[in-house]
Amino acid sequence: MGGLLFGIDPNPVVDLEEMWRYQFMQHAFEAGTVIAILAGCTGYFVVLRRSAFTAHAFSEIGFAGAAAAVLLSVAPILGLLAGSILGGLGIAALGRRAANRDTQIGIVLAFSLGLGLLFISLYSGYETEAYSILFGEILGISSGAVELTVAACAAILAFLGFLYRPLLFASLDEEVAEAKGMPMLFLGTAFMLIVAVAVSFSVQVTGVLLIFSLMVTPAATATYIARRPQRAIVISVAISLFAVWLGLFVAFFTPYPVSFFITAIVFGLYLAVRLVSGGLRWRVSRENVRG
Amino acid sequence: MAISRGLPLEVGVAAPDLIVAKGVTSGYREKVVWRDADFAFGRGEFVAVIGPNGAGKTTLFRMLLGLQPALAGSIRILGAEPRRGNTRIGYVPQRHTIDSDTNIEAQELVRLGLSGKRWGFNPFGRSDQRAALDALEAVGATELARRPLGVLSGGELQRIFLAEALVSRPDILLLDEPLSNLDIRRETELLHLVNDVVRRRGVTALLIAHNINPLLPHLDKVMYIANGKVATGTPGKVLTSESLTSLYGIQVEVLRDPHGNVAIIGVEEHHGEGVDA
Repeated sequence: MGGLLFGIDPNPVVDLEEMWRYQFMQHAFEAGTVIAILAGCTGYFVVLRRSAFTAHAFSEIGFAGAAAAVLLSVAPILGLLAGSILGGLGIAALGRRAANRDTQIGIVLAFSLGLGLLFISLYSGYETEAYSILFGEILGISSGAVELTVAACAAILAFLGFLYRPLLFASLDEEVAEAKGMPMLFLGTAFMLIVAVAVSFSVQVTGVLLIFSLMVTPAATATYIARRPQRAIVISVAISLFAVWLGLFVAFFTPYPVSFFITAIVFGLYLAVRLVSGGLRWRVSRENVRG
Repeated sequence: MAISRGLPLEVGVAAPDLIVAKGVTSGYREKVVWRDADFAFGRGEFVAVIGPNGAGKTTLFRMLLGLQPALAGSIRILGAEPRRGNTRIGYVPQRHTIDSDTNIEAQELVRLGLSGKRWGFNPFGRSDQRAALDALEAVGATELARRPLGVLSGGELQRIFLAEALVSRPDILLLDEPLSNLDIRRETELLHLVNDVVRRRGVTALLIAHNINPLLPHLDKVMYIANGKVATGTPGKVLTSESLTSLYGIQVEVLRDPHGNVAIIGVEEHHGEGVDA
């Protein structure tokens, strides 16, 4: 036990001090924290409204935007935002009940990925750029990007808070909400825009392809733990934060990518919660059978 | 019949009707569903809306909810034009379901019936919670409050939806086929609950059903919609061979068995004729 595994000191305070000496780690923690909070909150509604596929589509449409931004020497986050917001407006226009929506989204996202591939290959720095957009590169985030991330995530979070009750109502009981005069088109569009922005910033941490690890898995896990939306959202945020913080910490001391650790942590938690809740249900049903 | 029931009003003093329709024609631009209907329902009346599929029962609800205008005639509801989002109307839509994997407590949905329209982040307050528990108690679903929506049976869900509609203390309840998918025992239970709400809270309930017989012990009025026409009145008046025959101009037979159950014969077969505008 004398040797240090990947240079991790048994005393975590020493490790944290070591980590905080680097500004890029501070930036990564700052951006990662606000992104985890936003993704954890938004993810609850993504799971409740069964919009996981839509969220994934945003990230891939955003990929085309990000690749175009790289080609034009603009910050990739701006391209991501432009791409996913455009996608969000398009999908909102289709309406929640539109038939064949999955198919249409699938068709558009395949084309977007292809377009992104073209833009990336037109750019000389092909591999590293594509890699960081597809799989995330939070460790390289600039201080300007951190400021933009914090400001935008805070604004979107406030907007989500404003919509909270009507959105919950419209997601849970669409027909009654509509009959009660709730503005369903506005709510649907506003939610799509929130998801588009949350996805764009989360892509910085997890990349386009691993977006579910922050936008879906923590919230899905939380819905197995809590039966009240507010509690589930708090748990979802806690899982996202835990995964991002621990992922950054472990990645700092190892040669492996942050996004891998984040996906592994949230997946592990999901499995554990499913096993425990499944076990409880099995025991309850067995006791019921016994009488 | 504008006399209120179950309310401490002086005998013989007529309360104003909550729903008044004069010469109403219902439908869409291309197709009239029914025409020239007159009806009025007072406070605390239990009304069954019956008739064959596609006769325009749900269309009636959509007009009362302000989701669809009348093609002709006038509707006054609570003394005003129907308008979307009227909190004094509680509504349970047809074929209303919740995804079976929704792991959210039933009382959350009931509370949203009250507070789902409020903007801004505000956690559920005590008064919301009290109102939700009160509505759940009114439908005998107190013990379901903390159960997840996804595991409730059809009858239990209907009671939760009823509580969701009742939580804002509406004056009018519109229930679109709440009895479909319920077995006879649950059907009887739910009807007793609705009747309880009507009598105790002085709520006017309109309930769409396929079969009028389980409703007959509770009803004040029946609204029979078929073949482009609407007959409204007490069951004893409307559900007779003479009244339906004269309304439809074809031979209609109302049969009664010794238990008081009725069967209407002759209108459904002609459904769809003479309906077009």
